[in-house]
Amino acid sequence: MILMAVFVYGLIAANFATSATDNHTAAQATGVQPTVFVGIGNYLDLLASEAFQHSLKNLLLYTVVFLVGTMVIGFTWAWLLERPMRGEGIFRSVYLFPMAVSFIASGVVWRWLLNSNEGEQALGLNRLFQMVGLDFLQNPWWNNITWGIAAIALPAIWQLSGYVMALFLAGFRGVPEELREAGRMDGASEWQVYRHVIFPQLSPVALSALIIIGHMSLKAFDLIMSISKPSNYQTKVPAVDMYVFKSSFDYANSAAVGAILLIIVALLVIPYLIHTNRKEASGR
Amino acid sequence: MTTTTTPTAPGIGDLAPAPRRPKGRFSAARTARYAILLFSVLIVLIPVYVLLVTSFKGPGDATPTRAWALPQLWIADNWITAWDTLSPAIGRTLQMVIPASIISAFLGSMNGFVLSRWSFRGANVVFTLILFGMFIPYQAVMIPLNQIVLDIGLPNGVPTLILLHVIYGIPITTLIFRNYYESVPHELIEAARMDGAGMLRTYAWVVLPISIPSFVVVLIWQFTSAWNDFLFAVFFSTPNTGPVTVALNNLANGAQLQNYGVSMAGALFASLPTLLVYIILGKYFVGGLMSGSVKG
Repeated sequence: MILMAVFVYGLIAANFATSATDNHTAAQATGVQPTVFVGIGNYLDLLASEAFQHSLKNLLLYTVVFLVGTMVIGFTWAWLLERPMRGEGIFRSVYLFPMAVSFIASGVVWRWLLNSNEGEQALGLNRLFQMVGLDFLQNPWWNNITWGIAAIALPAIWQLSGYVMALFLAGFRGVPEELREAGRMDGASEWQVYRHVIFPQLSPVALSALIIIGHMSLKAFDLIMSISKPSNYQTKVPAVDMYVFKSSFDYANSAAVGAILLIIVALLVIPYLIHTNRKEASGR
Repeated sequence: MTTTTTPTAPGIGDLAPAPRRPKGRFSAARTARYAILLFSVLIVLIPVYVLLVTSFKGPGDATPTRAWALPQLWIADNWITAWDTLSPAIGRTLQMVIPASIISAFLGSMNGFVLSRWSFRGANVVFTLILFGMFIPYQAVMIPLNQIVLDIGLPNGVPTLILLHVIYGIPITTLIFRNYYESVPHELIEAARMDGAGMLRTYAWVVLPISIPSFVVVLIWQFTSAWNDFLFAVFFSTPNTGPVTVALNNLANGAQLQNYGVSMAGALFASLPTLLVYIILGKYFVGGLMSGSVKG
């Protein structure tokens, strides 16, 4: 546990310290040249730069598409599978398996599926649309500057919808049968039982699913590295910027980007942790 | 398989439980349900089809016009090339993943035991800090971490990565074990202490044997996440010293001409171990996902 204190919280502190210096060159990174304290200067420069704003916009768009996609699909699957049915195990296994695959491996196939060639040269999904006569669906995928990042969210949805399904399924199964019975006895239709009895019971599950998927999406890195390239402007996000800055020995900016990510995650997660902590404490 | 037996046929579908509902409406809803579920299966499996089919295609076969067709000739060349390229990296991944998962599982079980048994002032704060440790974006520690690795002169690749996976695995493994020990009857441990066993003896003789279910879950979890990790790998190794994710990314995104067939065969190789874990230990895998439900 001491290890953890040092390596997590100690290093976070060290990271903030680096982010507040002018450590921007290889000579400084290796300690040949001294660095100077510049306070929050790096943060201000980053936030003011058009390129980093683009990353933040990308991150927001990616998160929204990814969250909505996995939540809607995961919830629908769980709902359809909720009542005992034939072949449930098989459906569940198929929906869940992409989760076992690394983003890098799935990136290989999605790179092909999301190939941006259109018309005669079309590959991947564009080709499929052409074959089934849905040509108008053809698009440049991740090569679109504004919306490209949303295309990268597709494989992420493919990989994690099954996980959200598993969470919701556990939620559905956790609703006591008596509650449903009681609802039916009161003359509620099957839909009303769902609407007024079961769905409200699922909100804690929905909340934790949102937090998990949300914080994964903020760290989005692997998929972008394997489908696009780190240097591609159209699909960059802060996690990728951090890598690019690090590769060019601009440690100060790299640390600042890392710190910004940490702050965003903290804003999202800390209220949730406090909330669950309180609930656990009062539940005892 | 039974899944595809026509759910529309009257009588067949109604054999399933849930007799309470009116039958006519039920069958229609049921048909729709199956239709959506089966359609989803098709969509989910599309990438698998593409991976398999393309990995068996020869160079001339992978033309745009035949993008979705089966191979004209099934060939194994891609698989051989991919294996030759990736097998050293797969070996390194095993060297990294196995010790990393075992060590972090043990550390987690000890931490979890301590946390669940000895309540002390501020235990709640410590617990919350550990929880938050699972959410932090590793980007926020990468630069100082890099400095430390350089300063103590750790070699790039396997040794460094083992250390990192162990350290950053502690929060999740601690949490899983702690939750498990909370559910174990306290009397069991009390009894051992009454018999005069110290903390270490209690741990070794009483706690460890009952922890096996948690160990399975934690090991699966750590195995899969370390195997699939790319972030640490790309920062702390090169394609020649790193695990299979780095080697595969290099193979697929390398400077040389794109060869989809080889990269797809490679992607399949790189996914086989985690897929096997999923297939063989599927039940526990889901359990791992659930207990890891606060991690990404």
